[in-house]
Amino acid sequence: MNAVEVTGLEKSYGKVDAVKGVSFEVAHGEVFGFLGPNGAGKSTTISMLCTLINPTGGSARVAGHDVVKERDEVRRNIGLVFQDPTLDSYLTAEQNLRFHAELYGVPRSVVDERLRQVMEMVALWDRRDSKVQTFSGGMKRRLEIARGLLHSPRVLFLDEPTVGLDPQTRSAIWGYINELRRTEDITIFMTTHYMDEAEYCDRIAIIDHGEIVVIDSPEALKASVGKDRVQIHTSDDQAAIAALKERFDVDAGVHDGAVTFAVASGEEFVPRLFAELGLPITGVSVHRPTLDDVFMNYTGSTIRDAEEESGGMNQMMRARLRR
Amino acid sequence: MTATEIAAVRLPTGGLAHDVRAVKVVLRREMLRFVNDHTRLVSSLAQPILFLFVLGTGLGSIVKNAIPGLDYRTFIYPGVLAMTVITTAMFSAASIVWDREFGFLREMLVAPVSRGAIVLGKCLGGALVATAQGVIILAMAGLVGVPYDPVLIVTLLAEMLLAAFTITAFGTLLAAGMKNMQTFFGIMQMAIMPMIFLSGAMYPLANLPAWLHVLTVINPLTYAVDPMREAVFGHLTVDPQVMALLNPGINWFGWRLPVWFELVIVAVIGFVLLQLAIARFRRTE
Repeated sequence: MNAVEVTGLEKSYGKVDAVKGVSFEVAHGEVFGFLGPNGAGKSTTISMLCTLINPTGGSARVAGHDVVKERDEVRRNIGLVFQDPTLDSYLTAEQNLRFHAELYGVPRSVVDERLRQVMEMVALWDRRDSKVQTFSGGMKRRLEIARGLLHSPRVLFLDEPTVGLDPQTRSAIWGYINELRRTEDITIFMTTHYMDEAEYCDRIAIIDHGEIVVIDSPEALKASVGKDRVQIHTSDDQAAIAALKERFDVDAGVHDGAVTFAVASGEEFVPRLFAELGLPITGVSVHRPTLDDVFMNYTGSTIRDAEEESGGMNQMMRARLRR
Repeated sequence: MTATEIAAVRLPTGGLAHDVRAVKVVLRREMLRFVNDHTRLVSSLAQPILFLFVLGTGLGSIVKNAIPGLDYRTFIYPGVLAMTVITTAMFSAASIVWDREFGFLREMLVAPVSRGAIVLGKCLGGALVATAQGVIILAMAGLVGVPYDPVLIVTLLAEMLLAAFTITAFGTLLAAGMKNMQTFFGIMQMAIMPMIFLSGAMYPLANLPAWLHVLTVINPLTYAVDPMREAVFGHLTVDPQVMALLNPGINWFGWRLPVWFELVIVAVIGFVLLQLAIARFRRTE
């Protein structure tokens, strides 16, 4: 049985379609990533899967239960780590976790053992008696992960688990996730807009403007692009784009402030470029395919472009989701 | 993928026992918050003490001759008791808005537990906290000439608990739709001050002009204050005339309501408000 099964899931707010009929499955034991710019519909989708908001169309099953009709069953089987903190900062770390155990009805006989286990995993056992308000952002996020695991969920949802954290904490969190897939019988569903993090997933779905563009493993996606990305800096970008089209039959565009295009073999192309472009080039860089390129290949823009474009929309979504 | 050495947790599927656990933990958190928050404890005591000893003493010197044999402070004591409980209960309800602002409400609302258990836990917690605050004022009874009679103390405690529960339910219903503290406190001030002023906490309900009489009778808080006053006056030795003047009870077209009936009114209002608050949380999640 799949851990998550989604069929034609939709969510609209009035005239705005935040999620436009997405369908996918997540296999049992998989680490599945939702990759897309802010405002692409990631958080809306995850909120529907977690029974926080009701879909306006389609259906979804999580851990074998329908997210609308069997809401409490779904909730019993999932763990959640939100983008925004949801800890009581006036309570200690342990009090926060004990509150969670009671609320989820964790059997009393296992609470102590499980509590210690999850707190040791995120290296906060020594700080269990400290109030959460004395914790750094990274420690809070680690505590939230421990809390999300306390009731042994079958599916753990992580909404942007590493956003706003320092690189050290980010890699620590990835360490826990890798440890989890070894030690626990769990499926992990996460959203991210960091390309380098999506690489850790077994499979990723690229989502843009509320639609899934492609789903595959990171390797397969990179192989599907197959081309190197070349970025050049010139004094006249428009003339450079025109010249590229005319002399090399290459479609280029301006992304991240540089003329960007894809060619089969970048290293061999660059010498020709300098010889034949007929314009002064002030800088050049060649990249092997990355998930950035995959994203660009499938959506026609880099993730940063997409975020700037949808910034306003994202603000609105977040405001709606925050309750 | 075997889960060796892992304390595998199997959650029971709902049921009353789970709901009771949820009510208890939400309640316990309210108590913990109250015990840890010393500023709140002190600040919500300042107001009743000012009313009782400063306003009570000041006004008392004017009205001294009008009420022979009774200190004005003794008269307003049950009113101040009610006021303490009401203000603290409203503050407790405010914690829901606070929880929403800081995200913790979400942690509660995504749990596999009924909304009813969470709202009930909040209201019971608020009621206990408010009653605990009232106990401090209760301890000062001797300073204003109210006897420390065990029956009186138990009666007042029960009445405070009931009033506090109803007010917390009211506050929770208000808080259900609020997104920030400023709005809540604004609305709270607007609701609480007129309700206290129109409840007979500061003045007797006898011989009022018709408009004020009507307003006091339709004010639900009046039904929470009067039982406390009746309880206190039941344990004082005062002239029958003064008693009639200061403790006239609540009258509906000349019929004096029995205390038990007033308490039933408060309980029914509390129950209805609680149901409305639960319904509100079911809708807004």
